[in-house]
Amino acid sequence: MIDNLQLNAEGKLQHFLSIEGLSKDLLTEILDTAESFADMSEHKVKKVPLLRGKTIVNLFFENSTRTRTTFELAATRLSADVISMNIATSATSKGESLLDTIRNLESMFVDMFVVRHALSGAAHFIAQQTAPHISVINAGDGQHAHPTQAMLDMFTIRQLKPDFSKLRVAIIGDILHSRVARSEIQALNTLGAAEVRVIAPKTLLPAHVESLGVSVFHDLTTGLKDIDVVMMLRLQKERMTSALLPSESEYFKCFGLTEEKLKIAKPDAIVMHPGPINRGVEIDSKVADGPQSVILKQVSNGIAVRMAIMAMAMQKSGTA
Amino acid sequence: MKKIRIDHGRIIDPANDIDSKGAVYIADGKIVSVIDEPSGFTPDIIIDASDKIVCPGFIDLSTRLRDMGHSRKATFKSEVLAAASAGVTTLCLQPDTAPVIDTPAVAELIRELAQKAGYPQIYAIGALTQKLDGTELSSMLSLNQAGCIAVGNANRPVKNLLILRRAMEYAASHDLLLMFRANDFDLGNNGCAHEGVFATRYGLPSIPEAAETIALAQCLELAELTGCRVHFGQLSCKRSVIKIHQAKKYGLMVSADVAIHQLHLTENDMRPFDSAYHVLPPLRTKADKQYLRQGLAEGTLNSICSDHQPHDLDAKLGAFPETEPGMSALETLLPLMLKLVAQHAITLAQGIACLSANPARVLRLNSGALTPGFSADACIFDPELNWQVNSENWKSQGGNTPFWGQTLKGRVTHTLQAGKIIHWLIERG
Repeated sequence: MIDNLQLNAEGKLQHFLSIEGLSKDLLTEILDTAESFADMSEHKVKKVPLLRGKTIVNLFFENSTRTRTTFELAATRLSADVISMNIATSATSKGESLLDTIRNLESMFVDMFVVRHALSGAAHFIAQQTAPHISVINAGDGQHAHPTQAMLDMFTIRQLKPDFSKLRVAIIGDILHSRVARSEIQALNTLGAAEVRVIAPKTLLPAHVESLGVSVFHDLTTGLKDIDVVMMLRLQKERMTSALLPSESEYFKCFGLTEEKLKIAKPDAIVMHPGPINRGVEIDSKVADGPQSVILKQVSNGIAVRMAIMAMAMQKSGTA
Repeated sequence: MKKIRIDHGRIIDPANDIDSKGAVYIADGKIVSVIDEPSGFTPDIIIDASDKIVCPGFIDLSTRLRDMGHSRKATFKSEVLAAASAGVTTLCLQPDTAPVIDTPAVAELIRELAQKAGYPQIYAIGALTQKLDGTELSSMLSLNQAGCIAVGNANRPVKNLLILRRAMEYAASHDLLLMFRANDFDLGNNGCAHEGVFATRYGLPSIPEAAETIALAQCLELAELTGCRVHFGQLSCKRSVIKIHQAKKYGLMVSADVAIHQLHLTENDMRPFDSAYHVLPPLRTKADKQYLRQGLAEGTLNSICSDHQPHDLDAKLGAFPETEPGMSALETLLPLMLKLVAQHAITLAQGIACLSANPARVLRLNSGALTPGFSADACIFDPELNWQVNSENWKSQGGNTPFWGQTLKGRVTHTLQAGKIIHWLIERG
């Protein structure tokens, strides 16, 4: 069902909701398309007229600065008209339902919704309910998926380590609550990574996590061995108050990435983080700002990858 | 009152160990005789039950009819039509109505609504605690005297074990039945799906089996301590069946039921983010389903309930975790029970007993059997009749069922409640 919803009859991208159900070819096409947008940022004129006349609405039911900004920039560089709405602080607090919000915006002749929502499945729900000409891009739904983040990370990895089949990747931290982790795992497995590991205490791993296609470690020293890509996840402060972890310092001691721990991984391993980072909680500043870190590269790649996804999802109908 | 004769049907009455062809004789709202013709019986109405099965009317241990504060979801009027068309002649209403059934006045109101809807056999389950808030005991005896057939706290938590102990002691003093939904709220952690592969993949807040089994184990201990009669409703997992089995083996007076959908659907059947599959307790694993079926076959679970929860459209429109749990399930009850028989999970007599004689025993009702002198509650169904779950056939105001659009086998043609024909399927020729 997920694949049917995301792809149109010709197998082209209609919505971008989740990595699940998308083929290796399609993911590669996204990365290749992003490649063509990547060096545009250095041009004097940073715009292409691909989506001229199109209206894109960023619907952020949950606050986010980075993701929203890169989506805005991506839309602008494609020459679309873009409006960002922080619904967390407007309509729904007045009791309007998700569906009513969508219906209202739909009647303003919108072509695309970029949705972030605190509940898993929100983007799917909107894609199911919305008019057929509208594309929905999932910018993060609950603990389910954050597929554009996964794609920009794949893009960043590919720039530095082009052969996925040789890669061992470790994802470290709060897998349980992480939509990023779920999408990264699916993307890495679809692209054929040699091994995907998750490293976390049991309290931060979902039940049957191995069913996602990962090997499980509870210890950085064994988990980081032979690793090419280290993906750190942000640790939310509320994990301490909900009895999932005893303290930030104990977490840092066990799972925080320090220069010393990083030495266990391969010498040319890269360090990634979807941001925003908690220095001294999940990652040491020396590592975050160090030579192996590609964290800022991830951010700038976010624009090109989101341009690619938006352009592809809008091309499906072929109508201007 | 009219005299009725039901002719030529295959009569299955598990309580009286009957499975044979013949006639059922009804007068003054009571069963007069089964098979043997009473002398001088001249029927006013003859129902031809050729190629059909005649059995006791079904007794549903857990339903929600909404109405009152929830009338936009459903009303007694709409739902009793659904019940009648499903062969259900007796309903137990969970106390989480709006307002909750925690005073004799509300119990009285329920009785009036039932009468008005032309379906008197609706039994309220009285709230175990005031407002169902789990802290202060309700006036259980008064509720019982106002017609409540049992007490329970619906799906709401009792604040702590001391309060549950006191409530059970008090219920036991008046020999009241506690209908208990085993669920530890803290362990449930606001989840909406089984803690398994599906919830992990789709990032859904999840509920472990232990939320049910721990609450069940605690309540079993308290049943032993207090002597309270307990019926466990809507069990969902393997280890619950094992616990009930052990408790019964050691002589505890407990019984348990399972909702019909748990016997057919598992987390593997869930379509991603389809709110029709959002139920509590959640759909679990294949192993759980197998154990629940086995529990029925072996008698550890003695009843099947519909766990009918009709909803309005809006309640099911939204991101999965924010949609309301529950299925509209009365009308699929019989065909899904027959499917269990077709799949050799249970026998037809067992299936019928789980819907009639056994729940009657749980409630200590003189019904659920075609015994002469009992209220004439009967169901006549065509086990071979295929029908589609669609708006033309559906009576409940809630269309929230994952079986929507499917063709199911087995349909009730007639339902009699206390000798009154409350459903007669008009067959299109």
